[in-house]
Amino acid sequence: MSEYRIQGNTGEWEVVIGLEVHAQVTSESKLFSSSSTGFGAEPNSHVSLVDAAMPGMLPVPNRECLRQAVRTGMAINAQINRWSRFDRKNYFYADLPQGYQISQLYHPIVGEGEIEVTLNEKDPDSPTKKIGIERIHVEQDAGKLMHDQHPTMSFVDLNRSGVALMEIVSRPDMRSPQEAGAYVKKLRSILRYVGSCDGNMEQGSMRADVNVSVRKPGGELGTRTETKNVNSIRFMMQAIEYEAQRQVDLIESGGAVVQETRLFDANKMETRPMRSKEDAHDYRYFPDPDLLPVELDDAFLEECRASLPELPDAKRARYESLGLTAYNAAVLTAEAETAFWFEDLLAQGVDARQGSNWLMSELFGALNKLGKTLDESPVSPKQAAELLRLVSDGTISGSIAKQVFEIMLETGQAASAIVEEKGLKQTSDTGAIEAEIAKIMAANEDKVAEYRSGKDKLFGFFVGQTMKAMQGKANPQIINDLLKKALG
Amino acid sequence: MTDFSRLGVAAIRDGVADGAFKAVEVAEALNARVSAAKALNAFILETPEKAIEAAQAVDADRAAGKPLGKMAGVPIGMKDLFCTEGVQTTAASHILDGFVPTYESTVSANLWKAGAGMLGKLNMDQFAMGSSNETSYFGNVISPWRRNDGGNAALAPGGSSGGSSSAIAARLCPAATGTDTGGSIRQPAAFVGISGIKPTYGRCSRWGVVAFASSLDQAGPMARDVRDCAIMLEAMAGFDPKDSTSLDLPVPAWEAGLNSDLKGKRIGIPKEYRLDGIDEDIAKMWDNGIAWLIDAGAEIVDISLPHTKYALPAYYIIAPAEASSNLARYDGVRFGLRDLPEGAGLQDMYAATRAAGFGEEVRRRIMIGTYVLSAGFYDAYYTQAQKVRALIARDFDNAWANCDLILAPTAPSAAFGLGEKNADPLSMYLNDVFAVPASLAGLPAMSVPGGLSKEGLPTGLQIIGKALDEQAVLNAGLAIEQRSGFTAEAAEWW
Repeated sequence: MSEYRIQGNTGEWEVVIGLEVHAQVTSESKLFSSSSTGFGAEPNSHVSLVDAAMPGMLPVPNRECLRQAVRTGMAINAQINRWSRFDRKNYFYADLPQGYQISQLYHPIVGEGEIEVTLNEKDPDSPTKKIGIERIHVEQDAGKLMHDQHPTMSFVDLNRSGVALMEIVSRPDMRSPQEAGAYVKKLRSILRYVGSCDGNMEQGSMRADVNVSVRKPGGELGTRTETKNVNSIRFMMQAIEYEAQRQVDLIESGGAVVQETRLFDANKMETRPMRSKEDAHDYRYFPDPDLLPVELDDAFLEECRASLPELPDAKRARYESLGLTAYNAAVLTAEAETAFWFEDLLAQGVDARQGSNWLMSELFGALNKLGKTLDESPVSPKQAAELLRLVSDGTISGSIAKQVFEIMLETGQAASAIVEEKGLKQTSDTGAIEAEIAKIMAANEDKVAEYRSGKDKLFGFFVGQTMKAMQGKANPQIINDLLKKALG
Repeated sequence: MTDFSRLGVAAIRDGVADGAFKAVEVAEALNARVSAAKALNAFILETPEKAIEAAQAVDADRAAGKPLGKMAGVPIGMKDLFCTEGVQTTAASHILDGFVPTYESTVSANLWKAGAGMLGKLNMDQFAMGSSNETSYFGNVISPWRRNDGGNAALAPGGSSGGSSSAIAARLCPAATGTDTGGSIRQPAAFVGISGIKPTYGRCSRWGVVAFASSLDQAGPMARDVRDCAIMLEAMAGFDPKDSTSLDLPVPAWEAGLNSDLKGKRIGIPKEYRLDGIDEDIAKMWDNGIAWLIDAGAEIVDISLPHTKYALPAYYIIAPAEASSNLARYDGVRFGLRDLPEGAGLQDMYAATRAAGFGEEVRRRIMIGTYVLSAGFYDAYYTQAQKVRALIARDFDNAWANCDLILAPTAPSAAFGLGEKNADPLSMYLNDVFAVPASLAGLPAMSVPGGLSKEGLPTGLQIIGKALDEQAVLNAGLAIEQRSGFTAEAAEWW
């Protein structure tokens, strides 16, 4: 999709990237307990006996988490495994109460799938590429250590302990930081469409482990490193860039890349080793004997499929069939947030083309100025629909609509109330308009003459003058018609 | 005056229901016996007030004409593996010394709901790992039995439910809970001349039971006769949505279904259980058992369980593997013992806490389990053991084509002396050789007294049944009980 090469002393190098994205599953309760998954609560306020791994406590799978993983798998056209199983990944750490994480190593719930990505999702002509997904498995999140609460001790917050994560493992199919970025963006968009993860990287509900290796173009795969827990797309792209360059420099100076886990320091913009090989973990995975295998029946799978929303690619095609430009359709479908807003607008009976043009020029422009996201828009789809209806039924003109919208943004008032209060209704009273036209022609005899002698461009001047005289409230079509008649 | 220590579960329940005596009288009498039997070391913690409280509630219910539960007025011992709300629960370990759960295990809650009361928390092998009750942090449990050689060597009550077996045989309680992972109900029952049944895996909830090996652990009753076991199992069993491996099935009326007429039943005798050099007393008892079942109308068939010899090695891979992971939660961070040496970091705290908190046998099994799961060894040990487990289960499935029940000894010998087998863990593990196959296959299995050895010590007969067919197992147990004439008791020396 993109030619990305690192120029080394020995020639060009190609970068090979694979990603393991951890996405927090949207669900009320944790993967194996009934505790809440709410973000930002008091430390240790969402902890059940199971989450704290008290003696004799047992995990009970939360069906909703499995359902979300299956729906996500369906959204990327992946193999759904009707039989899967949970395994224990054993290691000691203070944020891991059980002493093991319940995950799925041997038999994940979702198998192979793929995602089509494009470098610029808003550009319909941008080239596309298919990135393979190896698997999606479901696992528990760990708790959080807090090192700043006490001079000599660390505290543990178990609110996140046991929250369900999907680990979405890609094939090493990406060849540039840009492709990796596009992949995560598209994946996040799909997750948001499906509603299986909110995709908020800054809150930690999505993070990526980045596998990077370098090779001579088309050569054997090099040794990879894994940079853990990168929590923004920008950081991820920077980490890849740094790590690939580091590996090239290392190899070219006679060294060898060591397979290891690293972390990305966003302040120093570099990756560095997390732990040495000496204390490399042997996780001793084995099937969790507290849990039965997960078996999915037809009815469950049908419900999952039926509950899937229209996905970005299908939606884009449909918008184009509604008469939207390819560009508009691409922009409106790239992010679930935008698509859902636009859908709400259409649901109010707004014409698709009118709605899309307004949304992309007026609303986006206004939000940009206000520094707000669509979710924070002061104007709701319902309010917007009322405004657009006033334009389409001729009650106000497009230019008046802009003024009304400004007021709506400031006051939150309904469009009709503003039009009413300010007397902005446009007039189609031909007598009043003709009277103004007569006055303008009388005051601008020279221009009338010029126009009549062939200077067509002056027509715009007369329209503007008339509209001004009518205080913008005249129906522009009628002004046009009457002017043409009067100017001859 | 009634000697309440001589009454079993049914007799106490019926006596209380009939008004022959008050539940409180029973509780007081047994509290006194428990408190006077410290020499046995059967209890880690005595809870006389709990026994009285439950008895008073039953007496009040009866006075008010309310219906009484299946175990109404019956004081029992609770193995210290069951978490009991507000009452210390240790699994006989130092690492849980002083741990007081804020929750009640499903099985114990079921028993309290049925009207039973708690005399105390019973000693056991630490984390249920052991066959002689010599691994408890709270000291050995001593069997009330002694050899007939005039000596007073302290004998093992069996394990891991050794506190349960000792207390019942010494008539400190009519019944007690046990748990059985690889024979921990059946072998101690056999060693002290009482009955005990491990039901089908999934009948009793594991929720709130300190885990040893999750895929094998199963709670069950221990009592002095088969009927009492049936009554208590009914009270303990039942579906529990908090345990994913719990069976969503109604609890059969096992007591009402008791019937010792075995006409039409085929009893399999597995040839692989007749080991070379089998103990003479055990072989004789087995033959007697066969004769009793024939007398009860059953037909005897020879069967083969060809993979039997691999069961014990497979068990000693699977159980420690699960245990090594199940016991990782005892890390000194959230509850129980914490050993934090001066200037220690997290890893040092783990090491110090676990070294101090776990006994030698528990450490041994954690090491074995860690080893068999580690990279490079997993397939050779764990995967292979799981295959063996599947073959063992298939052996039983094949056997059921020819028989309805299997009769075998419970253990290869009568009780041994404390300290006799400590030095050699392998010879200790061999005690489980007859018990382990049914555990690996998840089948119901029961031990009932089969006779006395030349040394005057009890030996046990084991009945293994098809999955969910506890009724047939209990019925065969009852048929043996009616014919064995086993009335021997330990002389009261404590």
